Amino acid sequence: MRDSPHVQDFDWALLAIVAAITGIGILEIYSSTHASGMAGIQWKQLMWVGFGIIGMLVISRIDYHVLLDQAPVLYLFGIATLLIVLAIGHSRFGAKRWVSLGGGPNLQVSELMKLIIIIVLARYFSEVRTDRLTFTDLVKVAILTVVPVALILKQPDLGTAMVLIPVAVVGAFLTGIDWKHAAVGVVLIALLIPVGMNMRHHLKPYQQQRIETFLHPEEDQRGAGYQVLQSEIAVGSGGFWGKGFGKGSQNQLGFVPVRYSDFILAALAEEMGFIGVCVVLLLYLGLILRLVDNAQKAKDKAGMFVVMGVTAILGFHVLVNASMVIGYVPVTGIPLPLMSYGGSATAFVFLALGLVMNVRMRRFVN
Amino acid sequence: MAPWSISDQRIPQGRLALVSYLSVVFVVLLLIGFWKLQVVQSGHFADLAERNRVRSIPIIAPRGPMLDREGRILVDSYPSFSIILLRDDPKSLQKSLAQIEEGLGISREDIQQQLEAAKNEPKFQPVVIKPAASAADIAFVESHRADLPVLELMMVQRRRYPHDEMLANSIGYVGEVSPQDMDRSEGRYRPGDIVGKAGLEKRYNDVLEGTDGMRRVVVNSVGKPVRQLDDVEAIPGKPIQLTIDYDLQAIAEADMADKEGSVVAMDARTGDILAVVSRPTFNPNDFAVRIPQDEWNKLNTDPETPLLNRAIQAQLAPGSVFKIVMATAMLETKSPPETMRAYCPGYATFYGRTFKCHVFGKGGHGDVDLHKAIVQSCDVYFYNVGKQLGIDRISFYANALGLGHRTGVDLPSEETGLVPSEEWAQRVYHRKWYAGETISVSVGQGAVTTTPIQLARMIAGVASGGILVQPHFLKNFPNPRVDHIAISEDTVEKVTQGMYGVVNEGGTAAGARLQNIEFCGKSGSAQVIGYDVRNRLGRQREFKDNAWFVGYAPRRNPEIVVAVLVQGGEHGGAVAGPIARDVVKIYYDKKNARIQQQANAEGPDRSGAPRPLIAIVGAQRP
Repeated sequence: MRDSPHVQDFDWALLAIVAAITGIGILEIYSSTHASGMAGIQWKQLMWVGFGIIGMLVISRIDYHVLLDQAPVLYLFGIATLLIVLAIGHSRFGAKRWVSLGGGPNLQVSELMKLIIIIVLARYFSEVRTDRLTFTDLVKVAILTVVPVALILKQPDLGTAMVLIPVAVVGAFLTGIDWKHAAVGVVLIALLIPVGMNMRHHLKPYQQQRIETFLHPEEDQRGAGYQVLQSEIAVGSGGFWGKGFGKGSQNQLGFVPVRYSDFILAALAEEMGFIGVCVVLLLYLGLILRLVDNAQKAKDKAGMFVVMGVTAILGFHVLVNASMVIGYVPVTGIPLPLMSYGGSATAFVFLALGLVMNVRMRRFVN
Repeated sequence: MAPWSISDQRIPQGRLALVSYLSVVFVVLLLIGFWKLQVVQSGHFADLAERNRVRSIPIIAPRGPMLDREGRILVDSYPSFSIILLRDDPKSLQKSLAQIEEGLGISREDIQQQLEAAKNEPKFQPVVIKPAASAADIAFVESHRADLPVLELMMVQRRRYPHDEMLANSIGYVGEVSPQDMDRSEGRYRPGDIVGKAGLEKRYNDVLEGTDGMRRVVVNSVGKPVRQLDDVEAIPGKPIQLTIDYDLQAIAEADMADKEGSVVAMDARTGDILAVVSRPTFNPNDFAVRIPQDEWNKLNTDPETPLLNRAIQAQLAPGSVFKIVMATAMLETKSPPETMRAYCPGYATFYGRTFKCHVFGKGGHGDVDLHKAIVQSCDVYFYNVGKQLGIDRISFYANALGLGHRTGVDLPSEETGLVPSEEWAQRVYHRKWYAGETISVSVGQGAVTTTPIQLARMIAGVASGGILVQPHFLKNFPNPRVDHIAISEDTVEKVTQGMYGVVNEGGTAAGARLQNIEFCGKSGSAQVIGYDVRNRLGRQREFKDNAWFVGYAPRRNPEIVVAVLVQGGEHGGAVAGPIARDVVKIYYDKKNARIQQQANAEGPDRSGAPRPLIAIVGAQRP
């Protein structure tokens, strides 16, 4: 048994999958934008990946136990930042999600909150001594989760807010949960969906429209339903083999909405066909399975929860984003990890992977 | 080490494995979703992607021109621009309406209405909002390309009637396809398509109409053209050559310019329609672009019915022209015998009622035989003929000579006219036929009505010995129907001698006489309403007698027959006769010029003896 962690202990197989996905993403970003005013953003994305890798190395050096020790401080810091964003953050795309870092790149603070919630909930679940979560535990977990969710929702960013929830759900499942509580939870969520639909007037207009559009996509072809329809047209017209790299009309002529970001999978599906989609989704499956493997081999429950927190968020991202592209769920602004263009989102994924490496390289360390 | 971090905690391997399996299930479900779109429905979506990408702007095929029998243009088309509204982006469309309203002067409601009408069409099909754009309109569209991308110019071929009113009622007009026609066409027509609406434009629409082409442009998601694809060329409509002779048409039009009525000139041998006039008329150029609603209403409700093609739709009492039917029936049935004579004091009394002759008040015709009765158009003589024939024999011969049913001319909406009979009285009025009615019918009054084209065909039929051809406008009309009716040589000879006399023996149309041409015919002055009613209402212009003259030449086996109706013209021979004469004269002038030309072309060696002009008076007389 060694006494200090080493970079050699990184999960290189996992990183190979990550590299493959990132590479495909950058190529598709290039294809989607090379003929437009945004030409060249693949280099910016590559830069973000570079920053992400540095962040990953840094975060992997700090023992996750140290991070978990600081969970309450981090949590309060995160909440405070969200409150500041709400107070002073500036709007982009109709939502306050960004905070300006003194002339530097804008950082989406809710991405930071994703990391914090992973750490906070990992700490909480690892302290549970019982086989099953008590009702009090569940309430506490719920409160810890709901506060940042509510603040992010207020920005408003429905997508990122929702992403926090799977961390709690997966954590509760892994800790052990009374089947009655689970049943109540399932029923509650089932009830909340129609209630949420009925409370549409509490949502921002664009959220309402997204839900309306999801329910009746054919009604307003130029509104939000237009986006979904165009995405489906892109995917469907790609066929089995695809139209070829850089040859998707939906993509190249700009019919696919934000084709370099949230809808990059639609752009890829059009140009690379079902085959391309298979490759990408299987790579993601490999990523998830590899992450779960890391969780299984974690030294302690705390490490396991950290890894599974990351897994929950990434898995949720992939599931919701891919479903959105084919019109199975409403458009919520959840990007596809590692492929969608975007600094904060990319940085988050690498930082989260840094946490995973952190856990992995300490599995033999005492 | 913090108290929460204890390394002997068990990792829940089973549950983690479950998460793995669940991930596999989710990915499989997602792949099924993609499979559905990309493999099962890929054709549908490929189609949608193509429609997205390619904007099609129709290239309107020009309608085929109409030519006269010598190839002179009667109707053609000219290029013009229409302003079309692209509908693929409803949002920016709605935003642009105010600006369009101001710039092009089309009200929002009008545009909304047209969008509504086209709402079931595919989104990529534009709507024509302004046909025949003016130079200012075109400039407006060109200068607002950036901020009004929903407007686009489309080159169209518009109908042109270079001779305006000439032949208008027979040519008809074009207009935008009606919703009903569009439904019936099973997708062939789009809103705004121009089709033949009346007359020859309608009858031969399938020939005249071309197949529209398509200009195909690749556009990006904001509708900006990116690249041009190959055009689908328009296939122009085929020309049709008519039997109309422009020269004859022109003289007939000129003669009728200030009159109400109709002229039908026909080649008696072939059924070729040489000239047709209907007055009052309209200018079909007014219809070539969208006709304003109030103008259309005015044309439709005008008491002078300018849209009516009087040649085939005016059903009027034929008056004395009907005496040719009577004479034919009399000679054929020998009841009364041809030797019948009558004394005309200017009136006659039948069934206790007095029937006047047209010379009433100026004496009478005196002793009259058949020839004189035709030449002088003696009513009293034919009252007696009718009394002896009876309505059913009159009806039989009238029907045989083509009255009471359509001639089959190649125009839509031809009327039948009416030949009354006992059966007709019973069927329509559920009453018996009164013998007194027969007396009126004998001189072409009462219930009997005919159209000008029927009378032309009837007279030609008698003069040609019982051959009634189907009149037609199309030069290559396939298999015109020919009805042969049995009339004896003697009958034909006697009746045509009578009609010769009408013009050439000081008859009722003596003023229509032509030098060197065997111009014959029969006049008629038909009451519009009965004498009794007229006397009650007082003499008003609209109750003036209709003047008829049906002339032809030569006397036997005629080449040309011309029926002339002048409504309110009063004197058939004096008013209608000269119009028929003018047409026939031009016909022979042209024919003789042609023969002369041929003779000259054949060389001087045979020019010693001048070639005889045809149809010299008396050439065929015994």
